[in-house]
Amino acid sequence: MSGDNVEDQVNHASNSKGISLPMTRVKLIMKSSPDVSSINQEALLLTTKATELFVQHLALSSFNNGSGKDNKTLLYSDLANTVEETETFQFLTDILPKKIFARDYLKLIEENPIEEADN
Amino acid sequence: MAERPEDLNLPNAVITRIIKEALPDGVNVSKEARRAISQAASVFVLYATSCANNFAMKAKRKTLNATDVMSAMEEMEFERFLQPLRESLEAYKKGQKGKKEASEQKRKDAKEKKNDKSREEEEEEEERMEEDQEAENEVEEEEVEN
Repeated sequence: MSGDNVEDQVNHASNSKGISLPMTRVKLIMKSSPDVSSINQEALLLTTKATELFVQHLALSSFNNGSGKDNKTLLYSDLANTVEETETFQFLTDILPKKIFARDYLKLIEENPIEEADN
Repeated sequence: MAERPEDLNLPNAVITRIIKEALPDGVNVSKEARRAISQAASVFVLYATSCANNFAMKAKRKTLNATDVMSAMEEMEFERFLQPLRESLEAYKKGQKGKKEASEQKRKDAKEKKNDKSREEEEEEEERMEEDQEAENEVEEEEVEN
């Protein structure tokens, strides 16, 4: 199943507009953005559709980039790795950070002590 | 209008469905991964909106339009989305046109019906009279044959 075919399949699977996500909800999110006054219907449609394409793209990229050990499950770590390694996903680094064990983090701090400004 | 945090999330069921349809058959998605993708999608909407809005403001417009969104996709380096987006827009416009024509046709029909109602009634009357005449003729023929 190649990436191209998938989009066709999604379009057939969803309704006649080819959109599954609720546009009202997308509009709500858009309006929470500062400085945005109004959004025309076509812009709303395109943003909704783009979000669906984005979800597919993020999921598939992460899966293909995956651990290789377990090719049957998409894990959070696959996503975090892909975000770190892919330029177009850089805007997600804050919300999909790589996870680190607390003990490893503490170790890191020990080895690299944070210097205090006033000493 | 105050938005609660959960309102800025997209429905989990739909997100899950989109993910599953994008992945090969039989692949599972961890709950954590699903939640993360959903959050990423919301952030995507915000980022795309902000970007599109910049284009609108540059053009001194207060309303975001289709070209603003397309420009935003290019800016965000999601050129791969442009073609499917154009197709969606075309399909949407055709649908809108069809709807518009259908409702215009409805109004047209209703108007004609109203004007022609009296004429129709006259025509119906004529038809009935013709039928009666034919019936009478048949009867006469039979009588002649007999």
